Amino acid sequence: MTVLEEPVNDVAADTAESARSEAVPHVDFDTGPERYRHWRFTVDGPTAWVYLDVAEDGGIVPGYELKLNSYDLGVDIELYDLTQRLRFEHPQVRSVVLTSGKDTNFCAGANIRMLAGSSHPWKVNFCKFTNETRNGIEDMTDAGQTWIAALNGTAAGGGYEMALACDRILLVDDRSSAVSLPEVPLLGVLPGTGGLTRVIDKRRVRKDRADVFATRSEGFGGRKAVEWKLVDEAVPRREWDRVVAERAAEAAGASTRPADAQGISLPPLQRTEADGALTYDHVRVTLDREARTATVVVAVPEMTDDPAALHDQGAAHPLLAIVRELDDAILRLRTNELEIGTWLLLTEGSTEHALAADRLLAGHQDDWLVAETTRYLRRVLKRLDVTSRSLIALIEPGSCFAGPFLELALACDRQYMLEGTFEEDEDATLPSGAAAEEPAVVVVTDAQFGTFPMGNGLTRLGSRFYGDDGEGGALETIRARRGEELTGGDADDLGLVTDAPDDIDWTDEIRILLEERASLSPDALTGMEANHRFVGPETMETRIFGRLTAWQNWIFIRPNASGPEGALRKYGTGRKADFDQKRV
Amino acid sequence: MTSARPKIDFDAKIPNNVDLAGDRKLQRALERWQPNFLDWWADMGPAVDTKDVYLRTAVDVGRDGWAHFDHVPMNEYRWGVFLSEHDPDRRIAFGEHKGEPVWQEVPGEYRADLQRLIVIQGDTEPASVEQQRFLGATAPSLYDMRNLFQVNVEEGRHLWAMVYLLHAYFGRAGREEADQLLARNSGSDDSPRILGAFNEETPDWLSFFMFTYFTDRDGKYQLGTLKESGFDPLSRTCEFMLKEEAHHMFVGTTGIDRVVRRTAELMADHDTEEVAGAGGIPLTMIQKYINFHYTVSLDLFGNESSTNAANYFTAGLKGRWQEERREDDHQLTDDAGHVDAYKDGQVTHNEVPALLALNQDLRHEYINDCRTGLKRWNRILAKAGIDAELTLPHVGFNRQVGAFAGAHITPEGRVIPESEWMAQKDQWLPTEVDKTHVRSLMHPVLEPGKIAGWIAPPSTGINDKPVDYEYVHFH
Repeated sequence: MTVLEEPVNDVAADTAESARSEAVPHVDFDTGPERYRHWRFTVDGPTAWVYLDVAEDGGIVPGYELKLNSYDLGVDIELYDLTQRLRFEHPQVRSVVLTSGKDTNFCAGANIRMLAGSSHPWKVNFCKFTNETRNGIEDMTDAGQTWIAALNGTAAGGGYEMALACDRILLVDDRSSAVSLPEVPLLGVLPGTGGLTRVIDKRRVRKDRADVFATRSEGFGGRKAVEWKLVDEAVPRREWDRVVAERAAEAAGASTRPADAQGISLPPLQRTEADGALTYDHVRVTLDREARTATVVVAVPEMTDDPAALHDQGAAHPLLAIVRELDDAILRLRTNELEIGTWLLLTEGSTEHALAADRLLAGHQDDWLVAETTRYLRRVLKRLDVTSRSLIALIEPGSCFAGPFLELALACDRQYMLEGTFEEDEDATLPSGAAAEEPAVVVVTDAQFGTFPMGNGLTRLGSRFYGDDGEGGALETIRARRGEELTGGDADDLGLVTDAPDDIDWTDEIRILLEERASLSPDALTGMEANHRFVGPETMETRIFGRLTAWQNWIFIRPNASGPEGALRKYGTGRKADFDQKRV
Repeated sequence: MTSARPKIDFDAKIPNNVDLAGDRKLQRALERWQPNFLDWWADMGPAVDTKDVYLRTAVDVGRDGWAHFDHVPMNEYRWGVFLSEHDPDRRIAFGEHKGEPVWQEVPGEYRADLQRLIVIQGDTEPASVEQQRFLGATAPSLYDMRNLFQVNVEEGRHLWAMVYLLHAYFGRAGREEADQLLARNSGSDDSPRILGAFNEETPDWLSFFMFTYFTDRDGKYQLGTLKESGFDPLSRTCEFMLKEEAHHMFVGTTGIDRVVRRTAELMADHDTEEVAGAGGIPLTMIQKYINFHYTVSLDLFGNESSTNAANYFTAGLKGRWQEERREDDHQLTDDAGHVDAYKDGQVTHNEVPALLALNQDLRHEYINDCRTGLKRWNRILAKAGIDAELTLPHVGFNRQVGAFAGAHITPEGRVIPESEWMAQKDQWLPTEVDKTHVRSLMHPVLEPGKIAGWIAPPSTGINDKPVDYEYVHFH
């Protein structure tokens, strides 16, 4: 992801230093078109025109100017919001043109002063979020909203990576505009927002050419960029508007999205925030800072399986509301609560309600809003998959881990299910606060068999029982039990939960587990969990979140990048980085 | 839970001061464990068939309760669960948590370490019962047989104490470990006891007395350090166990007293050191048994320099002997200590951080304590006018664990080549001939008041009963 900016003066460098030492700012993900500072978009029939027009003084934290359409987390939060609005508020949009609102360039990538001045966790969280948004853009193309990058000027680093997330890349052929990935030669880091990966995986650039390209700070423009498959077309200036419009119309014509779809609006989320608690209509988060745990309770209210209700209620529909709230809660916890290392995931409500949601999703995929809601939940679940926290599902009486909600549990590193009920011990109240007299059950449905693939292309059950998919195998055995209310014992036998203690053991087992977890190295846990969560095949997505990100995060903490003499810190000072020359 | 579970009157069956009757979790765990324990006792406990034995049963922790005497059929012995009195103001006395209130629950961070400490301690308790299984058949008197069984039932109770902790505080993993305590057996090829000394057989009564003097004394020191633990239930359990452990050592101390006294008598009567022919155990042989049991027990303290011990100390899990009476900062982060070392054929010392020297510290406390027995026995010899002394061998002699493992060091502390060691070791350690002789003396004496010829009678009986009291009844 990165970066070309004009060389900065010492004052800017000093300011970056001071930004580094400040506490991590509290990040808010709420925004909307009327509040955008860096983007605007217009919808013209089946095509949306999206302009990146970054306000230089609009950095999310002080200490740098967003020159040359460079971006920071605030810019990307708006982009994410914008993609959501195109999906839900403008479902008739079939093609999206991503271009620059500036005359001079498309985008210089992530702001280098911001990166140089950021703490390691900030950089990592920023990269993860931008990566997720890029993946979301690819999801949209798959769903009939085809993104086209119209590079009306140079796209460097993260600017080019944004283009790589689009289905098609047009570059103005003006003998000076280019695409480039200058991170390695100029900054001593990687193009980490999918750049390296997409160049070879998606655009199928030969590896030797990719090597030349990624070490050549000025990149390539014009015919050479086309020849090397870095862009699809180099378009002369005089034909630019016409060609871009043509490509947009072509993409729109190829989409199967309903032309008459009526969007729903996404009003701001209702949320109350107090230290130690984050409360939405259906999702409640409570923090125990001493124990460094967050308890996330998803309360599933009654709903019907009629898609008309989803259209009528829109964002107020319980299922869509839950997905939005969960998305927001995950992002906030991830960005703002770095020391909350363990998340406990609980649900609350009737299994019947959860199964109504299951029928709604399973039975109406031809309805654009149902399909979009499904995709949204799919992406939120994927956010959990790449969340660097220990995720533990507690399945207690009064919960409703059924169908799509069972995926929440399966996304966790471990699942604990109470066998039976809390019998005598009045002290052992449910974390959810629910009164429950019936034992907990879980219900497996088709939702576990393909609706919500992970980044590796497998279902969560398929990942859990990797290789055990033959005749008589675990997956087949579980598939045969679809629709059944499975008790703790059943779920334990089927391998759906890690353990199913009864009420006598429950409190101690969970307490000791959490305390023990909290005593382990956060870094080792992050690495271990990330390794365990993704078995089997690699995909472009797993390579981005696994290989590319892991290498990038390693490079970020190496002195050659972030040490006082490192390239990231020396960039723009007029002085050269002083590398430790040992290859590791 | 259904109510089909058979109701057991827990307080009657299992004397306790841990509110067993009110603790559903513990009841369920013990319901499952107790039958397994009884099976184990039947299979691995004392092999002699008796009607009943005059035993002390702890029915409470108070002055009157801890020593309740009666004739009890062995299989009806009531193994209890007792913790010493609760001190609500107790605070952690050492390590990085020093000054904080003691823990009433297992801190999750230390679950694995605490469980390991308890399992290792718990593993030794039934091991000695297994090692001593056949000794009853050759008891030199009913008094001694009774003492053996008393030690056995109390080791059984100590197992209960450790199992109680595992059941009450460690959840499912604790129950599984409690089961394993019964599944491992002393000397078993497939699943031996954890520590080497507890897989050695106890083939004769001299070995038994040596074991109770030297090896149970190691237990005393281990329990003493666990008594300091910041995990209060462990601390309180160990404190109460120490009372019973003291009796085991009494059996060892007075047992060796009596062997030494008898040997001295025979030496005087026959005017020779070679009392073997007269049915006694020569002093040289007693010395060899001391050499062996002392050094095997020294090994139980582990490596001189130990990061485990340091971690346990820093975490507040296991302190030093009489931690609270020591005058230092109880954290030791900046202190240094010396540990025994063996370098280039020389016995020497290394200076290490004090935290790493805790095993050595405990071993030296133990060694000093062992010396008191030697003084006692030498007084007996002196009184009998015998000009010979029993001694403790050098700390580096015959060691298999720690700095001296693999070194060849004489009982006097001289480093010698392996060839010389091989040539002389039969002078220092029991040989097959020695063992055969001792075994040859092992004939049961079952008549009240009578005593075998190789050992002197005790000076007093048990609980003010006469020496010729019928301590054991047979069918």
